[in-house]
Amino acid sequence: MKTYTNTGNKDTRSGFGAGLTELGKTNNNVVALCADLIGSLKMDEFKANHPERFFQVGIAEANMIGLAAGMTIGGKIPFTGTFANFSTGRVYDQIRQSVAYSDKNVKICASHAGLTLGEDGATHQILEDIGLMKMLPGMTVINTCDYNQTKAATIAIAEHHGPVYLRFGRPKVANFTPEDQTFEIGKALKLTDGDDVTIVATGHLVWEALEAAKVLQEKGISAEIINIHTIKPLDNKAILDSVSKTKCIVTAEEHNYLGGLGESVARVLSQHNPTPQEFVATNDTFGESGTPAQLMEKYGLNANAIVKATETVLKRKK
Amino acid sequence: MPNTQQLQDLTTQVRRDILRMVHKVNSGHPGGSLGCAEFFVALYQEIMDRKDSFDMNGIGEDLFFLSNGHISPVFYSVLARSGYFPIDELNTFRLINSRLQGHPTTHEGLPGVRVASGSLGQGFSVAIGAAETKKLNNDSHIIYSLHGDGELQEGQNWEGIMYAAANNVDNIISTIDLNGQQIDGATDDVLPMGSLRAKFEAFGWVVVDIEKGNNIEAILQGMAQAKSLTGKGKPVCVLLKTVMGNGVDFMMHTHAWHGKAPNDEQLAIGLAQNAETLGDY
Repeated sequence: MKTYTNTGNKDTRSGFGAGLTELGKTNNNVVALCADLIGSLKMDEFKANHPERFFQVGIAEANMIGLAAGMTIGGKIPFTGTFANFSTGRVYDQIRQSVAYSDKNVKICASHAGLTLGEDGATHQILEDIGLMKMLPGMTVINTCDYNQTKAATIAIAEHHGPVYLRFGRPKVANFTPEDQTFEIGKALKLTDGDDVTIVATGHLVWEALEAAKVLQEKGISAEIINIHTIKPLDNKAILDSVSKTKCIVTAEEHNYLGGLGESVARVLSQHNPTPQEFVATNDTFGESGTPAQLMEKYGLNANAIVKATETVLKRKK
Repeated sequence: MPNTQQLQDLTTQVRRDILRMVHKVNSGHPGGSLGCAEFFVALYQEIMDRKDSFDMNGIGEDLFFLSNGHISPVFYSVLARSGYFPIDELNTFRLINSRLQGHPTTHEGLPGVRVASGSLGQGFSVAIGAAETKKLNNDSHIIYSLHGDGELQEGQNWEGIMYAAANNVDNIISTIDLNGQQIDGATDDVLPMGSLRAKFEAFGWVVVDIEKGNNIEAILQGMAQAKSLTGKGKPVCVLLKTVMGNGVDFMMHTHAWHGKAPNDEQLAIGLAQNAETLGDY
């Protein structure tokens, strides 16, 4: 089995900051807006390098989304930055009318997604944002897994015309994707070849899936891991090709199972190749305060949970 | 440049368009549309420095954003009669497969529209964003926007209003259609907002009053004054006092025609009060 090396824990939000810094140098049309969370979003460097292209909007997310929509008129490419909760649920109608329905080239960049925001608790931990964003016609939805991939995705979405939701997080997690890997929107990455089960993971759960694969290998189970950084448009072919071989699948995400990656995968499978599926996701619940590791354990979102889900789905396999 | 009589003739024709459009589909918003007919005619015929052809980016020209999208009939009529799309297309208002949706949208590619509006309170933010891009592009042209007075009850407006003054967005002229009416009745009965002048001034805007908002000469004079105040570090607000339903006597001074179409008889009366000038579509 192909193995991956953690080159050192880093936060995905810093990958966003690094990508934005690079875009600042290479693309004069990129502008950045932030709602009083510059440090949390790692937008400091872009702001320092390009004060004329940086817009501090204060604690006013609805206005930030509208400003960004307006800024596209005249050719700018706005990147908005705040927490995932305030990037989506708080401003859903603004995104819907002024950005998505108006086909504006706005990049909604959301940090602190999911439970791993940690101690701030459920008011700040959104587990519904993928669902909210994927339902919007024309919206591209991306959830990156590590620092390198987040940096690459940030750079890539500037070249894509249309609204994008880019989701990343707060904690320092394994950084294992190649630094020079180009990011292709909608193109899943097969990380390991396997015959017994397909594990499709997104965001922080990708590394957990790789960890689970090692445990499964010791148990004699061969897992094919797919890093599905783009939830919409979904790489149907990568999923269908893999399950045609493995005949069962586990989906893993830091999100409610309602509306998340798992449901998107289930739709593809039910239409094209009905396949037993288990969901590693939160079970229609809000989060709570705690350390990221404690929360991922309590809510069943780690390697251990993926191993258990795999054992369950293998029993259902025909 | 058209003279005042020509502008008035166009306004009369626009009123006929509005009445006929909403009557045909028995839906739409004639009251606010009629109240703003003179403003739209003055804006598109005289005030804005705009190009004949439409492109979304609008670099090198003044731009207009309609925030209270429900007054789409007046917007569509004036856009068509200003050459953005064929006048005959007004026939398709609110019909299936039309570019003239109930509320304006870019989604169907209608020339002249730069953002969807209808869900209220979003236009300030969008217009201010466009004004920021004008500055980044070293484009000295002006952003114009129009908002309903009832619409100002939406909180997002005040986020944008606060932002624009704090950031010296002085290349924008935002007009409030002060007709004092909203769906459930008089604005002062639904949710009194006190002095809008005092509010805008407290937020750091310069305010111009146009008391006779249905008089083209008064509009031209007031908007010229507003334009002279741009570029001085502060955003500019115009309080345009209009009469809802203006030009059709039974629709005036009431909220009853906010979102109601005239029947055949009422249409005939309304059209009789506004004789054809430039030709119906």
